[in-house]
This record gives sequence, structure tokens and C-alpha cells, in this order.
Amino acid sequence: MSNAGYVRIALILGFITALEVSTYYVDFGPLFLPALLIMMSIKFVMVVSYFMHLKFDNKLFSMMFYAGLILAIGVYSAALATFKFFLN
Amino acid sequence: MHNEADHNAHGSSSGISNIKLGMWLFLGSECLLFGGLISTYMLYRGRVSQGPTPSQVFDIPFTSVSSFVLLMSSLTMVLAVSSAAKKDDRGTTLWLVVTALLGATFVGGQVYEFTAFKSEGLGFGTSLFSSSFYTLTGFHGVHVTVGIIMLMAMVGIIQRSEFPGSKAETIEMIGLYWHFVDIVWIVIFTLIYLIPV
Repeated sequence: MSNAGYVRIALILGFITALEVSTYYVDFGPLFLPALLIMMSIKFVMVVSYFMHLKFDNKLFSMMFYAGLILAIGVYSAALATFKFFLN
Repeated sequence: MHNEADHNAHGSSSGISNIKLGMWLFLGSECLLFGGLISTYMLYRGRVSQGPTPSQVFDIPFTSVSSFVLLMSSLTMVLAVSSAAKKDDRGTTLWLVVTALLGATFVGGQVYEFTAFKSEGLGFGTSLFSSSFYTLTGFHGVHVTVGIIMLMAMVGIIQRSEFPGSKAETIEMIGLYWHFVDIVWIVIFTLIYLIPV
């Protein structure tokens, strides 16, 4: 990927961050939480895929990282569910 | 002339760099560390028996700017990695220093934020919210600080290096660590600061 490509990715990330911050001031109603989580996920995947080159690298690296990430999400979602976190 | 990355990649039976494999494994395990800290905060963020609540202390415009600074440090880091791959030691040094400065700005902002919170009556032991908040953001701040130390150490190593681009893989590993610290903040910023209790 060229340096100009990295700058383009950074600009998109900056724009999404601005959109995220706007949700704090503008009332998005029921879309607030899903919109924030989607924007967070897009930023996360963009940094991992392009800046960390996971998209272009050996699939074994993706497996190593996403295994840890999925394990963390699963374990802690279960832990939070035990404390009835999602019912509040 | 073979560079260090080629040497490491060809030296392993899998054909891929063992250092890189180890780094990704480490980052995968770090997901579990930060996952635990984030979940603990999510569980305790509403538990304020005394002292200020999150909405009373959080300064969203300030944190948004420091988040943007950290995000841009990921751009400068990837430019450093790109320069290293092109064996451009001068460009690599420049971008590493800029990344370290942006990281230091972020950490400085965090110190300022902690000081402001403390003056507003939010100490570490004030409530479950404050303990979990300081532990999570403090751990992240320590990670950024370790990253800055690695960046500056790398600048010193490049200055002493005889062969241009010989440290390309090491810089790539520091880059992976730095970007990971950035993605952790992406999650923290959304879940901790932007989603109200």
C-alpha cells in the first residue's frame, strides 16, 4: 500500500471519529448505540487490516489475533451476562 | 544483501517470521487482558456511592482531541514502517520521532485528565467506578508509555546501525504494538467515554 493510501485511511478514520463524537451532541434516538458500535468496529477493522497489514499478511497471523479477540469477547460477554449486565 | 526480516522468515520451518508470529500471539493475549479490564469497568461504571459520576467528570471535547492525536500517531507509525521497508533510515527516524511526540502528547493529556479528575474529588478509591476507570485507562497509558520508550530506543539503535533498513522487522513489530494500543483506545473511547451510564 502506498503512503497516499495510508493517508486516505487516516482521513477516513478521522472522519468516523468526528461522526462518533457527534453522537454525543446530536440525538440519534434508538440508532445511537448500534451506530456507535458499528463505527467503532469499522475503525478497529480498518486499523488492523490496513495499518497492521493483517489483510495482506499470512492468514496464520489473522488466526492468532482473532482467536484471542473472539475468545476475549466470548469469555467476557459470558461473565457480564452472569452479572445480568445486558438486562439493564 | 539479505535483510533481517528475510533471514528470520527463511529460518523458520513454516516460512513465516517467528518474531512476527510471536508478536501476533502476544497481541491476541493482550485482547484478553484489556477485555477483562473493559468488562470490569462496564460492570462497575454505575456503582458510585460517593464522589462524581462519569458524566460529571468526563470532558468529551478534550478526550476527542487526544483520541484524534493517538489515531494520527498510527498514521505516522505506518509511515515509519513504510520508510524502514524502503531502507530509508532518515525518513524512518523522522516518523518514529513524530509518532513518539504524538504519543507523549496523548499521555500528557491523560495525566492532565487524571489531575483534573482528582481535583474534582475523583480519587482511585472514591468509588468502584473510579477504581475501574483509573485501572483501565492507567494500564492503557502505561502501554503507550512503553511504546514511546521503544520508539525512542529504536531511534537510537538506527543512529548506530551500519546498514540502512537492517532493523525493518523490529520497527514493524513496534508498529504492530503501537497500532494495537491505538485499537484498544478506539474501543475505550467509544465504550467508556461516548456511551453514557
